[in-house]
Amino acid sequence: MFIQQLINGLTLGAIYSLIALGYTLVYGILRLINFAHSEVLMLGAFIGLGVLTFFPAAFQAGPLGLTTVFVLSMLGSGVLNMFIEKCAYRPLRHTLSLAPLISAIGISIILQNAVFLWITNQSQTFPEIVVPTNFSIGPATLNSLQLVILFTSLVLMVLLHLFIQKTKTGKAMRACADDLEAAALMGIDSNQIIGITFLVGGALGGAAGVLNGMYYGSIKYNLGFLPGVKAFTAAVLGGIGNIQGAVLGGFILGILEVAAAGYLPNGSEWKDVVAFVILIFVLLIRPTGILGEKIAEKV
Amino acid sequence: MLKISDLKSAILLKGLALLALILFPLLVRNTSSVYLIRAAGTVGLYILLALGLNFTLGCAGLFDLGYIAFYALGAYTAAIGSIHGFSFWFNLVAAVAVSVSVRLLVGISILRLRGDYLAIVTMGFGEITRLTFNNLDFLTNGPKGLPRVGESIQAVQIFGYDLGRDPSNMGYYYLILIAICVAAVLSKRLEDSRWGRAWVAIREDEIAAELSGLPVAKLKLLAFTISSVFAGAAGAIFAHWERFVTPESFVFWESILIVAMIVLGGMGSIPGAILGAVLLAGSPQLLQASSDFFSRILGAGFINYRYLIFGLIMVFVVTFRPQGLLPSKRRRTELEELRVQS
Repeated sequence: MFIQQLINGLTLGAIYSLIALGYTLVYGILRLINFAHSEVLMLGAFIGLGVLTFFPAAFQAGPLGLTTVFVLSMLGSGVLNMFIEKCAYRPLRHTLSLAPLISAIGISIILQNAVFLWITNQSQTFPEIVVPTNFSIGPATLNSLQLVILFTSLVLMVLLHLFIQKTKTGKAMRACADDLEAAALMGIDSNQIIGITFLVGGALGGAAGVLNGMYYGSIKYNLGFLPGVKAFTAAVLGGIGNIQGAVLGGFILGILEVAAAGYLPNGSEWKDVVAFVILIFVLLIRPTGILGEKIAEKV
Repeated sequence: MLKISDLKSAILLKGLALLALILFPLLVRNTSSVYLIRAAGTVGLYILLALGLNFTLGCAGLFDLGYIAFYALGAYTAAIGSIHGFSFWFNLVAAVAVSVSVRLLVGISILRLRGDYLAIVTMGFGEITRLTFNNLDFLTNGPKGLPRVGESIQAVQIFGYDLGRDPSNMGYYYLILIAICVAAVLSKRLEDSRWGRAWVAIREDEIAAELSGLPVAKLKLLAFTISSVFAGAAGAIFAHWERFVTPESFVFWESILIVAMIVLGGMGSIPGAILGAVLLAGSPQLLQASSDFFSRILGAGFINYRYLIFGLIMVFVVTFRPQGLLPSKRRRTELEELRVQS
């Protein structure tokens, strides 16, 4: 029972982590909550569905087909996220802190309704690209779908880590997160770096959208909201702006949610409450999240 | 300098607007536009909510994403009260009392958090409240909502006059109009008081305010708690008007919408909060009302595009007027002074 819960929790946590990374990357540089991220995730799932619908050959191609679906969907969501930044956030960068939030909400409404009007307002079945086969680990079972989700997320996280730590662009991203103005003075094109950050964050969100679709088997125009809110919670839990924190927060939230659903009486009804209660307590005890650094207040 | 003639014309303008609002239901009552009275009443409830949140977000600058929870607490208290036979006035007081005491307790524990952290915790609290109402079947009948079969929530009675008897909703329209007037006057008096100035000082620079000797923690708690008076009252009116409450009415989305109303209107500005509420709560309904006109120009099916247009309006307004549509006088003068200096 416990191992089974752990496996389910890790799977869910992996999806949350990928989404949370998108929030945290953006927040780290711009101190902005990208509320439209949940819509990027939803569109990622729809792009994945589109690829599978128009190129059924992807089913036969095995891992290569799966990779193609992911790459295209990530590319689409990443470019979309970059476009959102350019249209909705960049003009507002030097204004009151809440204005970009309103614009993000506006974008969120636009994207949801665009899908609702021009694609479909019904729930769509997400094709079974990975046929689930069960492996037993002791008393627990792990199916191939969960394995794919865990593997894909881990690969993406490692790639992100390498990108940020080893490449020159990654170094520039870290510099911008540290101090945007100082980085600009050192000759870093901050607009370009912000664009790349949105591209990377959006791509991770798109991958999470496809994984989410595969895991639950159906997608809809408003699917992004709940995972979006929970992933944001996860990002804050780990310490928003902190990349390792987002991954840690995502996994903790996933495991706790599954555990609450499994062990509490009527647990599946209360699992979301448990997630939020834990979040509040963590923030009250440690307001900067688990791995967040304490920032001294400036006068 | 404020001239006497300006003051006179401002009062005249407000008087005329109020007169128009009083006459409006009498004019449309027997026409096919009678649904507008109901729509205006709904917008009115949002105005009450926006005026309430204006203390927390607009004046004190505390970012609250769970405000709708206190509207929900008011509505459920009134609904449960009415089912047990209590009158509207008793329920109104009870709803405000419940809403205020919960908000006070929440405020005491979370107000030391700042900015985005406060936002996420209030959001968490809002969702916890909604999910709890959704799950506590014995008290709230879960997702099916109150009242249960065989029970009923009474319509508002004022001196023996039953507001539910008039199908045009005119009685509720006037009730809400009176509530808004009271709320607006109260907001204005508070804004100009010592507290109001202190809140603005905290919003602009918390550390400077603390160093000037303001009891920052107490003042923040005060602004945070006063907000819930309006939410509780609006909730009670909502419950007695709709005579049906479900958790569906109190989703996270609604909290965001109220925040958007205040930012759109201009932070800390009372006319701004009202305008923001009218625009955001009213525009989907107005677009629906004018859809005949637009569908003739843009073709049928236009009605489905109203939320899309609503989103576009939000993005455009905030891009071209980030300080809000009607920024508060205090803030406007600050910005102008800055311009002179630089």
